[in-house]
Amino acid sequence: MTGDATALDVRRASVSLGGRLVLDEVDLQVGRGEVVSLLGANGSGKSTLVRAVVGLVPLQDGSVELFGRPLRRFRDWRRVGYVPQRITAASGVPATVREVVSAGRLPGRRLITRFGAADRRAVDDALDVVGMRGAGGSGVARLSGGQQQRVLIARALAGGPDLLILDEPTAGVDAASQAALADALGRMVARGTSILLVLHELGPLGPLIDRAVVLREGRVSYVGATPPVEDARLDTDHDVVPPPAGRFGLSSSPLGGSRS
Amino acid sequence: MSYLSLPFIQNALLAALLVGLAAPAVGTYLVQRRLALMGDGIGHVALTGVALGFLLGTSPVLTAVIVAALGAVAIELVRARGGATGDVALAMLFYGGIAGGVLLISLQPGGTTNLLTYLFGSILTVDGRDLVTIGVLAAGVLGVAVGLRRPLFSVCQDEEYARVCGLPVQLLNIVLAVTAALTVTVAMRVVGLLLVSALLVVPVAAAQQLTRGFAATMAAAMAIGVLVSIGGVVVSYPLDVGPGALIVVLAIAVFGFTSLVAAWGTRRRRVPAGSAA
Repeated sequence: MTGDATALDVRRASVSLGGRLVLDEVDLQVGRGEVVSLLGANGSGKSTLVRAVVGLVPLQDGSVELFGRPLRRFRDWRRVGYVPQRITAASGVPATVREVVSAGRLPGRRLITRFGAADRRAVDDALDVVGMRGAGGSGVARLSGGQQQRVLIARALAGGPDLLILDEPTAGVDAASQAALADALGRMVARGTSILLVLHELGPLGPLIDRAVVLREGRVSYVGATPPVEDARLDTDHDVVPPPAGRFGLSSSPLGGSRS
Repeated sequence: MSYLSLPFIQNALLAALLVGLAAPAVGTYLVQRRLALMGDGIGHVALTGVALGFLLGTSPVLTAVIVAALGAVAIELVRARGGATGDVALAMLFYGGIAGGVLLISLQPGGTTNLLTYLFGSILTVDGRDLVTIGVLAAGVLGVAVGLRRPLFSVCQDEEYARVCGLPVQLLNIVLAVTAALTVTVAMRVVGLLLVSALLVVPVAAAQQLTRGFAATMAAAMAIGVLVSIGGVVVSYPLDVGPGALIVVLAIAVFGFTSLVAAWGTRRRRVPAGSAA
């Protein structure tokens, strides 16, 4: 087993989209049970990095390892729960909350598969964690943006992942859902789940975070304890201002000392 | 109602049942992916296959299945690549399919009568051999639509998420496209290639006015599909009108009805909330 391997290990990853270098030699590690937030202004490359990590965007250079396996050879997708950045979970035909969350049980299954009691229990548990147990039969299209986001999180949780990757889960989400989200993630952390969290602003999730990585124009500009909001100005569209070099002692080596 | 015991009516009813079940089952996935008009495109391409069958003296259904499946895979590959050129490429495929079909049919004497059969359907001429073909194809279509419902739902609902789940997304997309092509060739005998897409899409549109879930929508769409297909055959004979067109008109009538019911339901829910505000 890969017992001690880092959940996620990104080394010198570069990504170009449409001929533009969006990520430039980015390093990012998420240890077992660690909660890492990926911060940065719009267009800093946060979402691209996360999409490269799950294989939705090809790497131009560098490497991504999940649980000690190179991304190209990684097959154990049950261990990864991905929550895409999404305003709506609705599609052309109505779908119930349970139907959407049940899709999270598919990783590692055969194509022709029967869902049994264990699957139903896992879906119930996932809905419990996000506080949506009673809404299983509702149509997703009728839910608020925040509730839809919680449904997508439940879908990622339904497979029982060891690493949860969330792309801006708080964007456009009402305060009640943000609190429910913080609560849900707190429970996942207590279970030992590693979490990579793309955030535009810290909000109620701030206290959960072990380490912050700030991206600026496709490069890591800061790694360390959660930066004070007034320094990073993460709630605006301005460029993130990196802290003064001496203050965290990290400017020469973005990853220095924060992980063993 | 004594005409219902006539052998050709019974054949027609059986064909209507099979097509009424199969077409909305696949249509549910197409509507979910917002590819409601894909059936139309495949229908256009299938016409070339039908014409090829006439020209070669083989079964037009067989050649239609092959050409439609190839066309469907081409449509899927163009769609997956995306981009503005994809739109134009699809248009080429659609019009090329119709033009190619008409051209090939006009090469042979008396071809035009045959053409009308496939353009508008002729369910009353379905014989025992046709029924076997329709039965086998419909069973295959239903097998895919029901057996692969979990992964197909995931791919159609959120393709990127399905990819991260490790599902073979491209394979599933191609399976769905080929299944849609089979459905089109099954349904062309019933409603004709010009209206085939209606049987895939309209029952789904009608069903989803009243449903909240995907499985419920598919089941209701299949029920509506069977209802209008059988109803169309039963009613068209005494009225002496084309069953294919009547089936589609009935489906649209059901859609109108469910839309009204849905609108009435929404109003009833909203009135108390509005008066409280």
